[in-house]
Amino acid sequence: MRRTIVSAVTGITLALAGLSFASAGTLEDVKAKGFVQCGVNPSLIGFGVPDEKGVWSGLDVDFCRAVASAIFGDPTKVKYTPLNAKERFTALQSGEIDLLSRNTTWTMSRDTSLGLMFVGVTYYDGQGFMVRKSLGVSSALELSGAKVCAQTGTTTELNLADYFRSHNMPYEVVAFEKNEEVLQAYEAGRCDAYTTDASGLYAERLKLTNPDDHMILPEIISKEPLGPAVRQGDDKWFNVVKWTLFALLDAEELGITKANVDEKKTSDNPEIKRLLGTEGDFGTGVGLTNDWAYNIIKQVGNYGEIFDANVGPSTKLGIARGLNNLWSKGGIQYAPPIR
Amino acid sequence: MASGPSGGTSSPRGVLAVINNPTFRGVIVQLVFVAVLAWFVWDVIDNTARNLQRANIAAGYGFLNRTAGFGIVQTLIDYAETSSYGRAVLVGLLNTLLVAGLGIVVATALGFLVGIARLSRNWLIAKIATAYVEIIRNIPLLLQLFFWYFAVLRAVPGMREKWTFLGVFHLNIAGLHVPRLAFGDGSIFILAAIPVAIAISVFVAHWGKGRLDRTGRKPPVGWISAALIVGLPILVFFIAGRPITFDVPVFNETGPILRRGFQSGTGMTIIPEFVGLVLALSIYTAAYIAEVVRAGIEAVSHGQSEAAASLGLKPGQTLRFVVIPQALRVIIPPLTNQYLNLTKNSSLAVAVAYPDLVSVGGTVLNQTGQAVEMVSIWMLFYLGLSLLTSMVMNYWNRRVALVER
Repeated sequence: MRRTIVSAVTGITLALAGLSFASAGTLEDVKAKGFVQCGVNPSLIGFGVPDEKGVWSGLDVDFCRAVASAIFGDPTKVKYTPLNAKERFTALQSGEIDLLSRNTTWTMSRDTSLGLMFVGVTYYDGQGFMVRKSLGVSSALELSGAKVCAQTGTTTELNLADYFRSHNMPYEVVAFEKNEEVLQAYEAGRCDAYTTDASGLYAERLKLTNPDDHMILPEIISKEPLGPAVRQGDDKWFNVVKWTLFALLDAEELGITKANVDEKKTSDNPEIKRLLGTEGDFGTGVGLTNDWAYNIIKQVGNYGEIFDANVGPSTKLGIARGLNNLWSKGGIQYAPPIR
Repeated sequence: MASGPSGGTSSPRGVLAVINNPTFRGVIVQLVFVAVLAWFVWDVIDNTARNLQRANIAAGYGFLNRTAGFGIVQTLIDYAETSSYGRAVLVGLLNTLLVAGLGIVVATALGFLVGIARLSRNWLIAKIATAYVEIIRNIPLLLQLFFWYFAVLRAVPGMREKWTFLGVFHLNIAGLHVPRLAFGDGSIFILAAIPVAIAISVFVAHWGKGRLDRTGRKPPVGWISAALIVGLPILVFFIAGRPITFDVPVFNETGPILRRGFQSGTGMTIIPEFVGLVLALSIYTAAYIAEVVRAGIEAVSHGQSEAAASLGLKPGQTLRFVVIPQALRVIIPPLTNQYLNLTKNSSLAVAVAYPDLVSVGGTVLNQTGQAVEMVSIWMLFYLGLSLLTSMVMNYWNRRVALVER
């Protein structure tokens, strides 16, 4: 709680300072200081979590690395700011971070009244429920009268209320500030169900004593397009971050991977040539060098590689591509072309 | 002789005299200070508003009228998802008041007990009290809060089971389930009987004091008052045809697993988050209050007790009429601090899912993004509550303070 107030007060103080950060241009600032300050989740396996040595990993973390690679050609030029759900927007508004990449749902109110802009969707998610198998429930529609544990300061509470109200089911919500406590309370049996974004459920289930005693119900009760966000009013920086995401997706579509990017550089395919900077001046147009996308793929890989390495079927989380597959492969991930 | 009345303010020496006047200079310095402060505050507010506007962040308190849409686990007033953000904040505010009020009562009782126990001549009692104080006040409150909450959760039976004691109290992980009073027609007379009984008791106490002063004999005022306050409402209860009934919590043992356990809407449930929070806050604060009480009692010189004894007062009377009134003068000011600390510490509630002002406000803040407004509501409320507590305690302090002439 204190941290929230501290960051809120910091936000106010910086607002007083006249938002001097925004005026200089985030891209120039980032280039001058030599690293990207990235706001991430400190405790969500597969999206943002540091290991014992302090090395961060996760899909959101890899996106920060991709942005750093695009600018510096070096994925290590990122500094991470661990943020909780309530602090994240203030941290971005105040200029404490350059980029918010913290499993954040893109919604209209956030996009329009918080002074920030979402650049796109890195992960199509939706809210779901986890229950004990011993409860004998196979659908969320059977949860009438259930006590549900959730995390406060997110859209989760609202979705939960909407779902139960629209199905005329009574429920009780027990809302904690931190995910750790939500999980502990759920495990202690305070609640029948645990709700958060489905990706989070898969990650949190691994932390339970007996993950196999718990199951995730099939219903997805909300649309949760998770994506990175930047401050409003800095179009240049917005473009850099946006096109980093598109480059990741285009690279997968064109079959360019971390392993074959060097040999693809000699490809005759004009689309690949434009992406990798051997033809045209697309990189300089966005304020970077022409090999920006080459650097991203070389250092971090394409979108599919990032997904598979962090949350895909071969990881502990074992999440299928589903909606997050490319549009050409049955999903809805689609990026505008580079030309 | 050039100076004098003819000097006036126009002459240089007159001006000098005014400037050298310490009262005049004092006023000027204070005026300048107030002006600078006012300008600073205005500038801060104006700048914040303009910067928020420039960053495209909506400002103002209009969001309080919009529909909240989220649920709250404990509400003292009617609240549904369709209620407004303002009402949600009010629910949180009342929950904070409840936990702070009850915490203060429990902490004071426990603190006085432990503080007096520390001075006990019984070695074991004194050492236990010392150990309590030293252990409790040296562990961070947040850790104690987690301890009590999760200790309570792990110790009690699950949601489909229960422990029953005295036939009507049922405990399980969803909370303490007790019968709820259901007020039927005519209950108003019973509720009205209570203030009437209190008013009569006050009158009786007044009469008793007069009687004591005149005859030197003390009538059993305490017993009469107690009989009145308990007896009168009960009498009215029967006269009005027993309008108050018990709404007993319903426990289902069969059916689908999710439907078993206590049914919501029946009886009254005291949630474990509330129990854990009150326990942690009162046990923690009691350790400090115990020290305050001990210091207060030790501040009354031993000669006072000896003098009382030589006047023939019994030990109980000595404590009541000689030691405690003088100890209170020392105890009340630091006791006020402890009450304020407890109230402010109750904002840790969010850590254990108790829906206090900070917890509910946090959800409102996140859904609306109105950080500046919400933080200002938080600060204003805690400030107001603390000032109110101080005011009451200062009033009490003046009542017991040594009147010097």
